[in-house]
Amino acid sequence: MNDTVSRPSSSGGPIFTVALRAGIVFIILCGILYPLAMTGIAQLFLPHNANGSLIKDASGTTVGSELIGQTFTDRKYFQSRVSSIEYKAEASGSNNYAPSNPDMLQRTKDSIGDWAEQNPDVPVSKLPIDLITNSGSGLDPHITPESAEVQVPRISKLTGIPEEQLRQLVDKHTEGRDLGVFGERRVNVLKLNIDLQTLLH
Amino acid sequence: MGILQILIVIAIVVLLVKPLGSYVYHVYSNEPNRTDRIFGWSERLIYRLIGLKNRDGMTWRKYAVSFLLTNFVLVAIGYVILRIQQVLPLNPNETGGMEQTLSFNTIISFITNTNLQHYSGETGLSYFSQMAVIMMMMFTSAATGFSVAIAFIRGITGKGATLGNFFEDFVKSHTRIFIPAAVIVTLLLVALKVPQTLDPTLTVTTLEGAVQHIAIGPVASLESIKHLGTNGGGFFGANSAHPFENPSALTNVIEMLSMWLLPACLPYVYGRFAKNKKQGWVVFSAMMTLFLVFLSLIYFSELRGNPAINAMGIDASQGSMEGKEVRFGIPQSSLFSAVTTAATTGTVDNMHDTLTPLGGLGTLAQMMLNVVFGGKGVGLINMLMYAILGVFLCGLMVGRTPEFLGRKIEPKEMKLIAIAILVHPFIILAPTAIAFLTDLGQGAISNPGSHGITQVLYEYTSSAANNGSGFEGLADNTPFWNLTTGLVMLLGRYVSMIAMLAVAGSLLRKKTVPETIGTFRTDNGLFYGILIGTVLIIGALTFLPSIVLGPIAEHLKLG
Repeated sequence: MNDTVSRPSSSGGPIFTVALRAGIVFIILCGILYPLAMTGIAQLFLPHNANGSLIKDASGTTVGSELIGQTFTDRKYFQSRVSSIEYKAEASGSNNYAPSNPDMLQRTKDSIGDWAEQNPDVPVSKLPIDLITNSGSGLDPHITPESAEVQVPRISKLTGIPEEQLRQLVDKHTEGRDLGVFGERRVNVLKLNIDLQTLLH
Repeated sequence: MGILQILIVIAIVVLLVKPLGSYVYHVYSNEPNRTDRIFGWSERLIYRLIGLKNRDGMTWRKYAVSFLLTNFVLVAIGYVILRIQQVLPLNPNETGGMEQTLSFNTIISFITNTNLQHYSGETGLSYFSQMAVIMMMMFTSAATGFSVAIAFIRGITGKGATLGNFFEDFVKSHTRIFIPAAVIVTLLLVALKVPQTLDPTLTVTTLEGAVQHIAIGPVASLESIKHLGTNGGGFFGANSAHPFENPSALTNVIEMLSMWLLPACLPYVYGRFAKNKKQGWVVFSAMMTLFLVFLSLIYFSELRGNPAINAMGIDASQGSMEGKEVRFGIPQSSLFSAVTTAATTGTVDNMHDTLTPLGGLGTLAQMMLNVVFGGKGVGLINMLMYAILGVFLCGLMVGRTPEFLGRKIEPKEMKLIAIAILVHPFIILAPTAIAFLTDLGQGAISNPGSHGITQVLYEYTSSAANNGSGFEGLADNTPFWNLTTGLVMLLGRYVSMIAMLAVAGSLLRKKTVPETIGTFRTDNGLFYGILIGTVLIIGALTFLPSIVLGPIAEHLKLG
């Protein structure tokens, strides 16, 4: 292995020294300086984003992050998607059910049954699939606009707010595709329910 | 709109291959150019700090020893940090030290650019470990892979007298590619709402008055290099499906481009080194063709949905939404799954375990072939290996001495290539069989039936291809899985790298054969066909039986 190397030091020792020093230099550079510098810049210029995009209700109390979904047990509120971790955001994930998994199929059947019971005015054939499936993160903050629409009759009945007003609320919170083309139209359930809560009071 | 948004992303990649490829070529061509003025000072500083006195070219052995020793140092220090993270700073959530087989698996996983994760970031790592081990290795393992790929290209194209100097390539990969790109992408992601903080887990009272704890941390700085370095290990357990890692379709596109662009431009870089750009485009076209086939399989299969759920009478027109996020829908999820398994990143924005059988097959097949773009350099190395094999087979058929880029391909090179090609299926299929034969392996399967077979097959395929995504239902944080996948990752990374450096070293020493009318050309449409054919035939011969038992059986049963 010495054919192109003129240094007498090619026995492996000096390579190890360089490798060792390189290891330490890059641990400090990439593992400590880089993330700390990024944190500093982010905190200085974009503190709201850098700290988790927290969101307040009408009274100014912080009620969560606009990016992280929540469970709504009260049927007066718009419901979020299925979450096996019940939107406990100290962790994330789902059951990872295969499409053929009998537990998943049973869970879906049960969800459809519950839905039909609580929303007798909307036929099951209108129930969008996103509402009764588990998101990948278990923290999905969104539902499709259609999934919000189908909840309107129930919420109207329980709260007395006219359906038309609720539909306007859903429209107001329907976000388009990013740059008009990427992703899907969606409704942020927490933001929608914050406005709904204001109407309730 | 679904297909349009996919085509836009692909078009961006195709348009950027040439400018980005030219930039990368200039980084490693070692000819003076404008960028020296911008980066030269920082490199000279680092050379001094690491004690690199001269930057002589290396033989393939010395190059291999250098990158192995550097990786070894990082592994040793990283392992210690994981084991004692509870006493180190920046641990606001009081995370304990990591168990030893899990630490072994994690450290191997990140140094091999695999990023298979048997831990969950929220609960398993302190912020210091996320930074000094995970982010650091995301840079260094990517830089190692990129350097080796460039050395391989130098060897087979015969540019320069040696394979180059590993330390110089390694430093330049950081200063001219990964660090500047990571800074830009990090800030873009923060602007698009990805968090970046050292504060501990947040506690809020929800709208209904319940308490919600929200894990947070220095996410953006990890997210950027995770994709740029084709690493794929998430800050959180749910990886890029987590709204903090990937809050919108726009960040989804940025993350896909981050992981896809560098591997996609490498064939062009190879063409520049070979002084024959058509060579590069032939390889790129072959990769893109295979990519489009598997992407279509995933997209249309997911859009069709799960027949068992579609039969329940609901509105399932969105497609299979189990395990997917509403903001991404089917198009952004399918494209992400295709890109992550092509570029062997392993990041996921939807859960691959929940994919329809044929969608899952698409992701699995790309990792089995391991030549469709590929991670930092590995895909190109593998594809060129198939190119040499293709030349060899054609040569045998017509009775010509096989040549590649003007050098004769002889038994020595073919033996090394055979080792590299065979080791991949061997380290997938043998451990899969062992896992099925033992209770230790079988006990981890979480989905019954054929899908369970796919779970195990996927785990080892992902490890061998250094991808790192998983059918995550698999209960894989046990000593059995930590050790077996750890070994598979090691072999998957280093055997082919060393064998290919040896091929490069051997070709470099050969005399160039002058091109004649009888020379078999490797830069035309015919060779494009031969290349794809070789890949598919070898891939199908090795993996078809296992695919039939797993995803295909599940597909037929689901109807």
